[in-house]
Amino acid sequence: MQRRLTGSANDPLIRARYRREARFRGYSIAALFVAFGIIIAFFTDIIGQGQSAFWRTEVKVTLDYNERAERIGQFAVAEDLRDIVSRGAVRGIPLEISNNPELAGITREAWVPVKSTIDQYVKGKDELEPALARQVDALLAEGVMRTTFNWAFFTSGDSKLPELAGIFSAAVGSILVLAVTLVFAFPIGVMSAIYLEEFAPDNKLTQAIEVNINNLAAVPSIIFGLLGLAVFINTLGVPRSSALVGGLTLGLMTLPIIIISTRAALRSVPDPIRLGAFAMGCSRWQVVRDHVLPLSLPGILTGTIIGLAQAMGETAPLIIVGMIAYIPEAPSSIFDSATVLPAQIFTWAGEPRQAFSEKTAAGIMVLLAILLTLNATAVLLRRKFERRW
Amino acid sequence: MSIATTTLLLMAAIAGLGLIGFRWGRGKALAAMASGISMHSRPQQYGWYPVIWMGLPALGFALGMALLSVTGVIAPANEVVLMVSLAAGAVGLSLGLRAIRPELRARNALDRTIRWLLLSAALISIFTTIAIVLSILFEAMRFFREVSVWEFVTGTVWSPGDTFLEAAGRGDEVSEGSSFFGSVPLFAGTFMVTGIAMATALPIGLLSAIFMSEYATPRQRGIAKPVLEILAGIPTVVYGFFAAITVTPIIVDIAEFFGLDASYSNILSPGIVMGIMIIPFISSLSDDVINSIPQSLREGAYALGTTHSETIKKVILPAALPGVISAFLLGVSRALGETMIVVMAAGVRPNLTWNPLEDMTTVTVSIVYSLTGDLAFDSPQTLSAFALGLVLFTVTLMLNLLSTYLVRRFKQKYD
Repeated sequence: MQRRLTGSANDPLIRARYRREARFRGYSIAALFVAFGIIIAFFTDIIGQGQSAFWRTEVKVTLDYNERAERIGQFAVAEDLRDIVSRGAVRGIPLEISNNPELAGITREAWVPVKSTIDQYVKGKDELEPALARQVDALLAEGVMRTTFNWAFFTSGDSKLPELAGIFSAAVGSILVLAVTLVFAFPIGVMSAIYLEEFAPDNKLTQAIEVNINNLAAVPSIIFGLLGLAVFINTLGVPRSSALVGGLTLGLMTLPIIIISTRAALRSVPDPIRLGAFAMGCSRWQVVRDHVLPLSLPGILTGTIIGLAQAMGETAPLIIVGMIAYIPEAPSSIFDSATVLPAQIFTWAGEPRQAFSEKTAAGIMVLLAILLTLNATAVLLRRKFERRW
Repeated sequence: MSIATTTLLLMAAIAGLGLIGFRWGRGKALAAMASGISMHSRPQQYGWYPVIWMGLPALGFALGMALLSVTGVIAPANEVVLMVSLAAGAVGLSLGLRAIRPELRARNALDRTIRWLLLSAALISIFTTIAIVLSILFEAMRFFREVSVWEFVTGTVWSPGDTFLEAAGRGDEVSEGSSFFGSVPLFAGTFMVTGIAMATALPIGLLSAIFMSEYATPRQRGIAKPVLEILAGIPTVVYGFFAAITVTPIIVDIAEFFGLDASYSNILSPGIVMGIMIIPFISSLSDDVINSIPQSLREGAYALGTTHSETIKKVILPAALPGVISAFLLGVSRALGETMIVVMAAGVRPNLTWNPLEDMTTVTVSIVYSLTGDLAFDSPQTLSAFALGLVLFTVTLMLNLLSTYLVRRFKQKYD
């Protein structure tokens, strides 16, 4: 039997209901705080793991350009330091000598990067065998070993040696891929949106296109990879791993995002503006070109930036079209083999060596910084041009 | 001549011809107007008229030839294509220029052309869908010619690995018929990871949405919503790393604490992280849906003396249910197709189990691994990726259609 819900706040039933109210409210706040907590934990974790990759340990050595060093760079370094200096850092010495023969026989002092195992030890992330550890400690105490900002992380490409690996070639690859995506998806996307919003009659074809676009926006990204592989690589013969095939694949994926946001931007332009222009004798195209498009441009740009940010973080379809190649040198054209930042992160994440995991996290920091900047730009742009009619 | 040079030359020539055509046509109209003749359209519209007459045939011919040569019907030399399309353009240009007369409705022609151009851009989306369906279907059919559909759908053993030996010319080391393409374990893994993801995302996402739309002040909402959406902007490769490096060890430790044995590529960790990724989709969509419920429903409930939470539970949520279900379905569709998180954090071993602490593999993982090896493109193992992709595409398409349908029904009810 139902009790009557009347009476004072002292009524136990009413008190129970208020408690239930507070509890439910508490759950909803808790859910939000769990989500916030995850975000904070995530960022602290990534930054904690990655920040050390922005520093690297160097050792001051006397490079001796002797006869043996003309063949094997390592001989330019004093014997007791050969276990410390990175192999890759002195690898170029024979070539340097053969290019400039007058260098032969000279000695010079230089700060060179150390092996990643030593670097990890100096950063306190790994152990070394005791003898080596004592030597490194001594070098540190003498001041001939230092930790400096790792510019090379930004200026060099991938390497099999973690102490030399950087993100430069992947960044160039990302820029090329995004350029192709933009050139391909932006005009087609904006044109489709203009057609659907301003020109299209309400018929079966239009409805079919609309349903299509909404569905394309929700197709899993890996399916676009399969499409890129089957159509662009196998049928059209676009080179595998190239920025071109990556850009086209991501372009198809970004297209629906650009169309949907452009349509929203066009729709937000009020009708009286169109009607006024029609009244002055403008044709439909003139109305769109001279009035609707300029007014909706900020919205279109916002949507495009968001679409590009999404394309920039995408990995799965690019793996399918072969963009996980090992690329130490930056690609010079859209037909060259290239890799992109997320794919580089993926490759490093798969490396068993410990030094690569800090590289991975550092690469993630760079990628997230770029994406957050892009998204913040889009938000600011929207806020700046937001207009209530 | 390479394709790139041909394209560049063609573009340059068309731009040059276009400029000439525009100046000439506009000049003709201006001259006519200066001599007092009244023209139908504006001068620049007469300028564009010959440009259209030039550009469409030239580009159309070049594109058509490119398509024909790609599909292997005919393969004309690049030089020939270039010369013929430029000739077509030149003829078009002279025809267009000759047509410029006071009564020519250049403006209408221009509008019509632009309309067609815009329509053809919009059709690209349809072509993309058709291309997806056809290319995947075609490759999947090649797969099903070698592996029976029945085995694919009902088989419980997925071990395409032995085909690798066959491809490497060591087929004799493998006994006859030793590669198995039974996809049940892959789909089991996929549904397991999706289930875990939704079990994580739905409560957190829905309750957050309830807080944002019912309890929060506009200021709190203005902060909470964009902060949650940060989660949607994080690339999946980053989530994958997070799952593999941070979450998995935690889960293994916790399992050990309870005396359980967890694998380092357990399915629980990618599932939870995938759920975190899906939270903003659920919360944003549910928030929109809850906000769109008419205030009168709430006020009616308050008038009957219900508390806020009772109103939410008894009135608002049931009213918002179709929208919430649609958000849920979109989340499921995301989880089914999600790749990087599972590739980086889940296992590669097909495993039919109910225990989320064991490793399982998913459809997307198998797609990635069957396409990243050095196998010939027509080996059953590579082709199996397309069969799996076909199923994935169909299932997510159904879910999307269902969710759009639900939203539309819901909108009609309250509009």
